[in-house]
Amino acid sequence: MRQNTQLAVVGGTEAGPNASIRSEISAIFEQVLNRPVSIEDDTDIVEDLGMDSLGVMNFVMAIEDYYDLSIPLDRIAQIQTVADLIRAVQELRSGVPA
Amino acid sequence: MTILAKHAALKQAYDALKESGVDPAHLKFDAILSPTEGVLNGRRTILMGTNNYLGLTFDPDCIESAVDATRSQGTGTTGSRMANGTYMGHSALETALAEFYGRKQCMVFSTGYQANLGVLSSLVGRGDHLMLDADSHASIYDGSRLGQAEVIRFRHNSPDDLYKRLRRLEGAPGDRLIVVEGIYSMLGDTAPLKEIAAVKRETGAYLLVDEAHSMGVLGETGRGLAEAAGVEADVDFIVGTFSKSLGSVGGFCVSDSPDFDIMRIVCRPYMFTASLPPGVVASTLTALHKLQTEPHLRHTLMRNAQRLYDGLQRLGFETGPEPNPIVAVPMPDQETAVIFWKMLIEAGLYLNLAVPPATPNNVRLLRTSISAAHTFAQIDTALDIFAEVGRQLGFFVEGPRRAAGAL
Repeated sequence: MRQNTQLAVVGGTEAGPNASIRSEISAIFEQVLNRPVSIEDDTDIVEDLGMDSLGVMNFVMAIEDYYDLSIPLDRIAQIQTVADLIRAVQELRSGVPA
Repeated sequence: MTILAKHAALKQAYDALKESGVDPAHLKFDAILSPTEGVLNGRRTILMGTNNYLGLTFDPDCIESAVDATRSQGTGTTGSRMANGTYMGHSALETALAEFYGRKQCMVFSTGYQANLGVLSSLVGRGDHLMLDADSHASIYDGSRLGQAEVIRFRHNSPDDLYKRLRRLEGAPGDRLIVVEGIYSMLGDTAPLKEIAAVKRETGAYLLVDEAHSMGVLGETGRGLAEAAGVEADVDFIVGTFSKSLGSVGGFCVSDSPDFDIMRIVCRPYMFTASLPPGVVASTLTALHKLQTEPHLRHTLMRNAQRLYDGLQRLGFETGPEPNPIVAVPMPDQETAVIFWKMLIEAGLYLNLAVPPATPNNVRLLRTSISAAHTFAQIDTALDIFAEVGRQLGFFVEGPRRAAGAL
């Protein structure tokens, strides 16, 4: 059971196994960036969302808190798109080695 | 398009900096006159950003020992200790450092940067977990990349976040190594080492403290933050440098680990680089002796740090959280930071302009580092210069400062 429930989860209308994580991630993006964002699987986190390195770090830490996991640095380096991030979260939650 | 075009974004930021008339990467001194004075652009300048904490770079005894060793043993070792052997000085310095820290083992490296590269990449490997404070120095991040361990970053100075992350690893195989710094080099804040040591004990992790900026500065005998916090027994590895309080160049690691010596044949940044030249080793040994036998240097340093810290606060500048020898003044934005820095230099005060990505939280800093060799007169002159530049840039409105400078 996650402890962190203060995030309002948005969306949820899209079909597919990733939709739930994607909408949670979208809410975290909005919380960190403090503005509405629209994300798709192929959204580039740095290029499309205009995040600098500090923004990425804050975002990663928010994701880690929400899902109660740690994303190792080499894993962060491999994440470019929202789909990459969803896959990393899924794998780390299920204990699949990095 | 050149092969370096990939750095276009950084180049653009750098070019903008140069267009505003400053270029920290090419700042060139005409002469260095003393630990606290140089000549910059033809002008006599107070040096207040050189990490020369005990002011030993011009110490006559340190210079004499360096000259003697250079005359008797030559200018360099021309190779690694693996290839060209260990000189008497290397062993003597390792013994002296181990004794100073009350540890069984010491290894000396050619720079502090290499010490972190070597130690971090050797202590942990594939299947292990390296827990880094998010504000760690570049050498710690680079060391973490040289090895194969899984690297996890915790929130700066947050023992709770560290604990949470170690708890998530429960049941996972592999060693855990926590890495923190005694004094963080940009803001001058110290790690909450007592609390971090408690997390280490509870989770069975190892603890490494980088005392680069705290050696010779903190602690009853100058051993650093671990001594000051009373947790030396919990610290498994201490890394440090000779290029700050000891006034030369080089790095080291001390430990009680019984099999520490294996590092000499697994640690690539130790094995595949030339060892320190005899002159450097000799002056470092003399400086270490002075650090131990002349505690007044440390007392003077802290008195000077307090004077600068109090003075800046009195003027209305924001400062870091603690009156340590690193005092950093945050600037409201890049433009103000650059102009302020340029005007300080033109007025005869040299310190560091620190801008992202070298700084935490994207802050722009005017970073000072004070020395035991500074006189009160120099510190007061520096404060006068700060006050005048601040006034010209509209930092103060009728005495009490405004929250942020305005241009």
